[in-house]
Order: sequence, then structure tokens, then C-alpha cells
Amino acid sequence: MGVAIKIDNVTKIYDGNNIVIDGLSEDIRPGELFTLLGPSGCGKTTLLRMIIGFNTIEKGQISVNGKVVNDIPTNRRNMGMVFQNYAVFPHMNVRDNVAYGLKTRKMPKAERYKKVDEILKLVKMDAYADRMPAQLSGGQQQRIALARAIVIEPDVLLMDEPLSNLDAKLRVEMRNVIKRIQAQVGITTVYVTHDQEEALAISDRIAVMNGGVIQQTGTPKHIYQRPANEFVSGFIGLSNFMDAAVRDGALDFGCGYQVPMGTLKADAPERVHVAIRPEEFLIRPKGEPGIPVTVRSSVFLGMTLHYFVTRRDGQEMEVVVPSDLNEIIPDGTEVSLQIVREKVNVFDAGSRVSVIREGA
Amino acid sequence: MKRKYSPVWTFLSLGILALFIIFVVYPLAMVLYRSVLDPASGKLTFENFTRFFGKKYYTNTLRNSFAVTIVATLISAALGLIMAYLTKQYRVRGSAALNICIIVSYLSPPFIGAYAWIQLLGRNGLITRFINSLFHVQFGGIYGFAGIVLVFSLQSFPLIYMYVCGALESLDNSLNEAAESLGANNVQRVTGIILPLVLPTVLASALLVFMRVFSDFGTPMLIGEGFRTFPVVLYNQFMGEVSNDSYFAAALCVIIMLITLFFFFLQRWMARRHSYSMSALKPMQPRDQRPLPKFLTHLVVYAVVLLALLPQITVILTSFLKESTPGMFTSQFTLDNYVTIFSKNKLVIPNTYLYGLCAIVLIIVIGVLVAYLAVRRRSVITSTMDTLTMLPYIIPGSVLGICFLYAFAKPPLALTGTAAIIIISLAVRRMPYTIRSSTAIISQISPSVEEAAVSLGASELKSFAEVTLPMMMSGVVSGAIMSWVTVISELSSSIMLYRASTQTLTVSVYTEVIRDCFGNAAAYSTILTLTSVLSLLLFFKITGRRDISV
Repeated sequence: MGVAIKIDNVTKIYDGNNIVIDGLSEDIRPGELFTLLGPSGCGKTTLLRMIIGFNTIEKGQISVNGKVVNDIPTNRRNMGMVFQNYAVFPHMNVRDNVAYGLKTRKMPKAERYKKVDEILKLVKMDAYADRMPAQLSGGQQQRIALARAIVIEPDVLLMDEPLSNLDAKLRVEMRNVIKRIQAQVGITTVYVTHDQEEALAISDRIAVMNGGVIQQTGTPKHIYQRPANEFVSGFIGLSNFMDAAVRDGALDFGCGYQVPMGTLKADAPERVHVAIRPEEFLIRPKGEPGIPVTVRSSVFLGMTLHYFVTRRDGQEMEVVVPSDLNEIIPDGTEVSLQIVREKVNVFDAGSRVSVIREGA
Repeated sequence: MKRKYSPVWTFLSLGILALFIIFVVYPLAMVLYRSVLDPASGKLTFENFTRFFGKKYYTNTLRNSFAVTIVATLISAALGLIMAYLTKQYRVRGSAALNICIIVSYLSPPFIGAYAWIQLLGRNGLITRFINSLFHVQFGGIYGFAGIVLVFSLQSFPLIYMYVCGALESLDNSLNEAAESLGANNVQRVTGIILPLVLPTVLASALLVFMRVFSDFGTPMLIGEGFRTFPVVLYNQFMGEVSNDSYFAAALCVIIMLITLFFFFLQRWMARRHSYSMSALKPMQPRDQRPLPKFLTHLVVYAVVLLALLPQITVILTSFLKESTPGMFTSQFTLDNYVTIFSKNKLVIPNTYLYGLCAIVLIIVIGVLVAYLAVRRRSVITSTMDTLTMLPYIIPGSVLGICFLYAFAKPPLALTGTAAIIIISLAVRRMPYTIRSSTAIISQISPSVEEAAVSLGASELKSFAEVTLPMMMSGVVSGAIMSWVTVISELSSSIMLYRASTQTLTVSVYTEVIRDCFGNAAAYSTILTLTSVLSLLLFFKITGRRDISV
């Protein structure tokens, strides 16, 4: 079964003075699919490459299964990696590509080919064993890259944006393949992506990174529903941000709309930002309690109906409701927006950190 | 449906095709014809060929040529590969300067290397005398096989180095990383991944080395002594005072072209079986090494570059030294050599630059057009043109010179002895390289850019001139700098075609060496080297680049 990875206070410095990661710690549990998610340049790939050894570790240490790997060269770390551009060896056929890692481990030929055939079956590429990479599609090459990385039975599997070069449909198909195979083999996997939907779909746990710092680690459900700060709230999914004041445990939106909240911390400050996802609004007729807005336009997407609305101060917001048989609200209509109080998130306007109670 | 193009392109294609027929096909046909002509009876005969293959004296030269060429090509390939790998994989101090040094060492004609190595390791060479007095031995100097191989190997590896560097730059580093993550150590990674991937490039550049070495006569002439190679016999048959038989020489030309043609197709066949399209998302980054490997890397790289540059250094130094007897330089500083050559033939330097410039203009204009027509206006005419323009690739320089002499001796195209024949021969020899690189550049420009210009109202010619051409220019110019330095140091066809009034620097170096005027030869050679180095530096300065395309 999988092994644990302990990242202990590691620092990455490029060219002597450019600190990319400064004292980062994280524990990755045995057998889980752990995703590093963040915008480009946030340090997620840097961290991944520190784990496998393509990047040096300037301070701190990384241990796998309790053993510090800092000074072990990559080729002896027993980690498999799947690259963004697949990195399938163009001069070897599919079988030899997958067998390469076994060959460097001096596994006898018969045994090697038996194992390769098994793994090719697992990724459903057994019919292509004799093809050259140039004859394969991007998705097929990615399956080969995956097979090649797991056939060596690595302690850890690392994936660097493995789906970003595929088209949208294949991306969804391949992420299911990866999730299925990872669950089946049970290798501790670190997965890097900038695509939040992909991260939500595939991960056991996600670490959201920005500026070389892990902002929050948690299950997909948790980081979506209870983001730890405004960055996570804005990066994962879509949020409408509104200024509000906290008075006696209630949110005051200033337009005569007050919402008693049961989820706030006792020491919540007065000035806060409220993050409301498009589906956390309720549309009420004009005049009812709520935030008065004007409907600017609407988009019907079958399952859902999207309204783009404007507040009196000009702020634009998006509201999503499940589609039903009622008429679509015409453009220009004034309506009142109420919020789903249990779901919305509230952040300190100064520190931008969540002021929602633990466990709420 | 096929698109209808402006007839201008057809006229252009036909014009260029006609030029190539006149200046490549016709001269080749003349040589072919002469090789099977019996001058007495005017009938066809294979007598010249049977004469060649019937005599051991001749067939031995062929065997010698193969031996020298194969060994020198193998050593060049090994050196070029090692140098390219070390400088691309590891951080080497002064690598930009080393790169220029390696290019410079490639630029001088090989016979200058031969002449310089005789100064160093010949019978009375500097190093020879040092060794003999130190160890009390009677080392007779390197002549014959060893000498020729030494000169050619050191002189040719830079070509393979330049090509392999280019290939390594397009090799994606994630392939290296993938191999490493799969447990490969450095040796396994180099032999299992890098080597197979750069092999097509090695083969292509090794072919160029092979052709160059196989057809060079200057080097074996100077340093070969008793070791006679095929081109030496060819040159003597054609230019020699003793046995001048131009029909037999024509047959020799045909034989050497058949051999180069065979190797051309062999290389194409091998390269096609192992070619992969590669594009580097992230090229290899030079790494730091631990102290001991770092020292060894620097030792190897610097030693090889020094050896390769040694002939140039020797030549430059001796150009400022007084000679006691021909070839014996004292340690006395003098500018006499320069005074002599500047008072002798005042045309040599202007000739070299003028011919070089004219040839470059021809090469770029025609080369870019041919590449454009072959890629974007594919038709029977343009593909014929494209194939024909590759012919000079397999014609050795001296053979091209002979072809031109046969073809353009009489009116209506009496060009012998004119500047035009030299310029055309220079242009024809270099053309295939420019066409290949331009073709590669055009293939990377999307046709839709030009279609956009046409859709916005530009004519086809205008869209070519204002859109495609400017996009190509930076690539073409960086290829042109290489053409320029190769063209001004061209020897093997110019030596056949020159007169006193059309003498160039390289030809002067050669004639002075043959006349034992080593001081003058060194001075001419120094001016040539200086021109190349300054051209390269100027190019790097203006473009801000650190590499040139071959």
C-alpha cells in the first residue's frame, strides 16, 4: 500500500536570491491522490520537482515513508512521473517505452514483458504495444506515460499537469482513467494542476497554493464550501464579493437587508466581505427584504439559468438558479436578492481570512 | 479544389529552372559526355573507366581515400558529439567564446590546417624538434595517413558539433527527466535516449563531413607525401603538367560523384528510418557538476578547442615572423609578409569580398525564392526545380570547377577566367544549404498569415514581400552569415577557375604554400581568419544571438 510523504519546512531558492517557496510544510497521506492547485507561477510545479529531485531543496527536508530523500538522486528515488507533454520516448515503441524503467532495474526480459502486458491492459492500450509514439493520439500517449510511470511500482506517483495538452472531452475521460487506476493501484499520488474543476473531480485532498504558500488543504467539498480565505474563495469556483457589517451576529448589507447568521465566529470583526456563490442567491420580487438589483441579461443553459444583475452602486453579479417551467425574468426587471445564510462565507475585510466558525 | 495562383510564380519558377539547367545540369552533362568520349574517333567508349579500375595504382588511391575518410569521419563524429553534449549538458565557463572558437576552427580551408600541422609536427616541426631533443628519438613527423586523419578530424568535428548542438536544443528536457525518474543513470540516459534521438542529425552532418573529406585534395597533397588519395590524382590529371588527360579526368569526376551520390542516398535512407519530429517545450539547461567531474569536463572541452585552434594560432603567429629558409621561422618579429602581399596583387582582398558579397546576394535571392516556390507553390515545375537545386550538394568543389571549365570555355557562354564564373560557382556550391534552411523556415510560417494579407486586398507578390519575407528574414540572415564565411574561404572550385585577375584569399594561400612562400601564405590566411572572426562577432553583436544556424 502507499507511503506517506512528509514535507517539512522546505525552502526553494533560485539563483541564490529568488525565494520561490519559503518554509512550506505539508503531510501527504498514504495512498491518497493529493492535488497541488494554484495559478501559474504559484510554486506548485517547483514543489513537485523538489519531491522527485529535479529541483534541489535549499532548506528543510522531504521524507518518504519516514526516510529523508533530499540527497538521493532522482534515478534512485523510485518515484514515477507523468509529464505535461507526456515525454514518451519517440524512438521506442509502446512496449519498450513502458518497459524502460524495468530495464534500468535489470528485470529479466520475460518477466518484464509479462508485466508490461499487464499494465498495458490496465490502461487499455494492449492493442497498441507495437506502435510507435508518432502513431498515437495525445490521449493514447498519456496512457502510455501513465503506464510507464506505474509499471515500476513506484513509492510515489507524480503528475505534472498531465491533462492540460488534451482537448476538453478527452480531459474528462482521462481524469476518470487516472482516478480509477490510482484507486486500483493505491500509489500515493501528487497531482499538479491549475484547473480547479479537474482538481475537484480527481482529488482526495487539495492544497490550494498561491505565492509559494499553501493557502488551504482539504477535501474538494471542504475547500469549495468553506474556503479559508478570499483567495481560495475566488480561485475555486465563482464568488460574488460584497461589503457588509457585522452587528449582533447578523450581516448588514446597508440597504435595509439584515441576515442573522449562525455560522460566524464570536470574535468576528465589524467590517467584513461576504462571498456568495451564484447558486447561493434566492430571487424575490422587488420590495421584499433583500439586496435590490436590476436584471441586465440572462443565459439559459438547460440545467441552469444564469442572470447577470447590477446593484445600485453599479457592482455586477452573477446569479444561478435551477431552470424550471416559469418564465425567464425579462431584462431590466428590478428584483430583490436574498442569500442562503448557511452556505455563504464571510471574511475579515482587513486580513481577508474566513470568520466562519470551525465545523459550521 | 486547387487554388489558382498568379502566373508570376510560374515565370519565376521557369526562370530559376533555366538557370539551374544552364549552370548545373549542362556542365554535369558535359563531364558525363567527356568521360565516355573517345577523342580520337568521337565514339562512345568506357576505356577511361576500365583504365582506372584496371590499374592498382589508381584503385589504391580509392582505397586510401575511403580509409582516410571513414576514419576521419568517425573521429569527427565522436569529437563533435562529445563536445556538443558536454557544452549543452554542463555549465562550462566561457562557453560563448568557446563556441566562436569552434566555429572559427571550422572555417579555414582544411589545407591550411595541413600546412600549419606540418609547421608543428612535420619533419622540422616545432613540436617534432622538441620531442626529438627531449626523448632523443628520431620521430619523422606526421605525414601520410595519420597526418591527413589528424587534420581532417580536427577540422571537421566542428560541423558535427554545430549540428548536434542544434539537435540537443530541440530535445525536450522532460525526456531526460522521464528517463531519470525511471531509474536511468547518466550513462544509460545518454546511450539509451540522447544518442538515438540525435542520431539522424549525426548521420546528416557526418555525410557532409564525409563528402568534404573525401573530395578534398589540398590536405593530402600537402601532408600526404607518398599516401595518394583519389582527389589528388584527379587534380593532377586535370592540372598536372606531366600527364594531362582531360577525358580521363572527366571519368574520375564521374566516379567520385557516383560515390558521393551513393553515400547521399545511404544517409537519406538511414536518416528516414530513424527520424522523429521533436520540439522542445523546455530545452536542456546546463547543469553544475561536482568539482572533479567539472574539472574533467573543462579539461576535455578546452583541450579539444585548443587543438582545433592550434593551426589558426600557428598561422597567425608565423605571419609576423621572419623566415630564415622557406618554412623555417625565426623568432624575429616582422611585418614584411604583409608588406609583400599588399604590394604583390592588390586585387586579392577586394576580389574576395566582392565575389563573396555577390555570391551571397545570389544565394539569398534565389535560395529564398526556390524554398518559397517549393513549399507554397508546389507543382511539377517547382518540385523539379527543388530536386535540381540539391544536385550541387553531392558535387565536390573541384569537380564543379572542372565541370564549369568544360562547359563555359567556348561562346555563347565563354565565362572562363571571368569574375562571373567564380561568383556563380560559389553561389551554386552554397545554394543547397540556404534552400534547405529557408525551406525549414517557411514550413514553420502558417500559410494563413499570407492568406490574411490577400484577403485584406494585397496581391500575392505583395503579401509575399510584405508578410512572409519579413517573417523569414531573421532566420535567413543568420544562415547567410554562415554562407558568407564559407564562401570567402572556398578553395576547391576557385582553384580550378581562377586567373591572376580573379585570385581570392584562399587561392592565394594555396598558391603561396605550393610555392614555399610560407610567410606570405600565413599573412593571407591571417587576413581571412580575421575577416571570418570579425564577421561572426559583428553578427553576434548586431543580432544579440549566441548561436548561428549552419
